Amino acid sequence: MNPAIAVTGLRKSFGPKVVLDALDLTVPEGTVFALLGPNGAGKTTTVDILSTLTPADGGEVRIAGHDLHRDPAAVRSAIALTGQFSAVDTLLTGRENLRLMSDLNHLGRKEGQRRADDLLERFDLVEAADKVPAMYSGGMRRRLDLAMGLMADPRVVFLDEPTTGLDPRSRRAMWDIVRGLVADGGTILLTTQYLEEADQLADRIGVLDAGRLVAEGTADELKRMVPGSHVRLEFAGPEPLRRAAHALGIAPADEGSLALEVPGDGSVAALKSLLARLDDAGVDVAGLTVHTPDLDDVFLALTGRPTPAEVTA
Amino acid sequence: MTALALTVNDSATMLRRNLKRAVRYPGLTVIVAALPIVFLLLFVFVFGGTLGAGLGLPAGGRAEYLAYVVPGILVLAITGGAQGTAIGIAMDMTEGIIARFRTMSIARASVLTGHVVGAVIQTMVGLALVVAVALLIGFRPEANAVEWLAVIGVLGMTSFALSWLSVAMGLWTRTVEAASNVPMPLMLLPFFGSGFVPVESMPAGLRWFAEHQPFTPIIETVRGLLTGTAIGSSGLVATAWCAGIALVGYLWARRNYERRPAR
Repeated sequence: MNPAIAVTGLRKSFGPKVVLDALDLTVPEGTVFALLGPNGAGKTTTVDILSTLTPADGGEVRIAGHDLHRDPAAVRSAIALTGQFSAVDTLLTGRENLRLMSDLNHLGRKEGQRRADDLLERFDLVEAADKVPAMYSGGMRRRLDLAMGLMADPRVVFLDEPTTGLDPRSRRAMWDIVRGLVADGGTILLTTQYLEEADQLADRIGVLDAGRLVAEGTADELKRMVPGSHVRLEFAGPEPLRRAAHALGIAPADEGSLALEVPGDGSVAALKSLLARLDDAGVDVAGLTVHTPDLDDVFLALTGRPTPAEVTA
Repeated sequence: MTALALTVNDSATMLRRNLKRAVRYPGLTVIVAALPIVFLLLFVFVFGGTLGAGLGLPAGGRAEYLAYVVPGILVLAITGGAQGTAIGIAMDMTEGIIARFRTMSIARASVLTGHVVGAVIQTMVGLALVVAVALLIGFRPEANAVEWLAVIGVLGMTSFALSWLSVAMGLWTRTVEAASNVPMPLMLLPFFGSGFVPVESMPAGLRWFAEHQPFTPIIETVRGLLTGTAIGSSGLVATAWCAGIALVGYLWARRNYERRPAR
C-alpha cells in the first residue's frame, strides 16, 4: 500500500537559517503521525510545505500518491489544514463558513447542507451555528476551523498544534474528534509541543529537532530508547532489605529508606526473572513499581539541550 | 467543469463572500460614500459661489459650479472606493482564511476577482448615493437614458481598473495601515486634473500634467455625457487608460498574491 505521506530529503532555508535539513518522513494511510518538537524545530514549516503553502528548496514529497511539486492542485484536493491561527471568516457565521467551503468544493447545495449539519452536530456547534466566530470560545473556533477543512472529505489532514492555547476540556474534546477522524479511515499528521498529546493520539511519533528527525517510533519504542527504566522494590523492614540487596548484588537506593532500585528495561521477562531471584532468596517484597521514562525524558535525552527559545532568552 | 467555468464559479462564491462581508461591516461603504458627499457640499456651498464665477461661462455661480464639479466628485468617490478596497484586501490577508484558500483546490485568481467585482459593486452603490445628494441640492443633468448608461459604463470601467490597482497595492503593503496610505495619491489626482477647476486656469507645467493624467479624460467624458460639453477624444483616451491600469493592476496583483508568504 502506498503511504499517505512520503517525504524524502526535504530541505528548506530562510536566508542563512536552515529550517529543514534533509527531513525524511513516511506516514501510512489511516494512521496518525505526530511531529513532536520545541518551537523553532521546523514543525510548522514542514506542515506549510506539505500543504502547498510554502515551496520547498529541495526533496521529494508525495501526498495521497500525488507529487507535491508537479501536481500541487491534486495535492490540494486531497488535504485539509487546520493551523495554529484560526482560518475562519470572522464576519460569517459558523454555518455560512461551512457553506463557503461547500461552494468552493462544488458539493452542491443539498450535499453541502447535509455535511454541514453533520459536522455541526459532531463538533458540538449546533447552537453556535448561526453566530459569528467572534462570539465563539477558542475551542469552538478551533472545532469550526477543523470542520471547514473536513467539508471537502480530505484523505490527509494536517493539524498544526491543534490544541495550543486551549483549556484542558477543549483539548480533550479535540482529542476525541481526532480519534474519530482516524476511526473513519483518515490519515493525520499533527504537530505538537505536548508530549502527552503525541502519546494519546499518535500511532507513531517523530521527534523533530533543528530540522531533522532525531528519533521515530511508537511512544513505547521511544521510551525504551532512553536509559532510566528501573524497578523499585519496597520492603517491610531492614532485614528483608538487606537480604534482597545481597541476593541482587546492589546497594539500597539511599540510606534510611527501605527500598531498592533495580535497573532494567522494564520488560515483563526481566520482571519475571527478578521476582524469581527474590523468591529463591526467600525475601518478602512489600511493594513493587515499574518506572519507565515518559516522553519528557525521551525528549530531553534525544535533543540533549534546552529549546532554542531558552538559548536566546 | 472546465477551467473557465471553475474560475467563474469560484469567483462568484468569493464575490458572495465579499458582499456578505460588506453588508456585515458597512463602515467602509459608508466612508466611501460619505467623504465625497462632504466634499460635494463643501465645494458647492463654501467655494461654489466664487469658483463658479471663475469657470469662464457667460453666467457663473453656485448652480453652474455644481454642474461642473459633480463629475470630479464622482471620480473622487471612485478613488475613495479604491482606498477602501486596498484596506479590505489587506485586512483579509491578515486573516487565516486566506491561507486556507491557498491550500484548497480552487481557481487561484478567484480570491482577487471576488474582491475586485465586490469593490466595483460597492463603489457603484456609493456613487449612486453621491448622485442622489447632487440631485437633491439642485444638480440637473441634461443626459438622456443612453447617456446615463454611458456614464455608468465609464464610471464602472474606471472603478474596475482602480480596483485591480488597489487590490495589488493592498497585497503589496504589509500592514492595513500602509494599505490605507498607499492609495492616497490617487485621491489627490482628481484635484490635479479637470475635476474641480478648468485646467486652463493652471500654470503651464501643472496644466501639462493635468491634461495628460488619466483622470482628466475620464472626468471630461463623464462631464460631456452629463452636461453636454465637448467630449472629443476623451472617451477613447479614458478607455485606453482604464484598460492599461486594469492590466497592470491585474498582473501586479497576481504576482503579489502568488509571492506573498504563507502566514
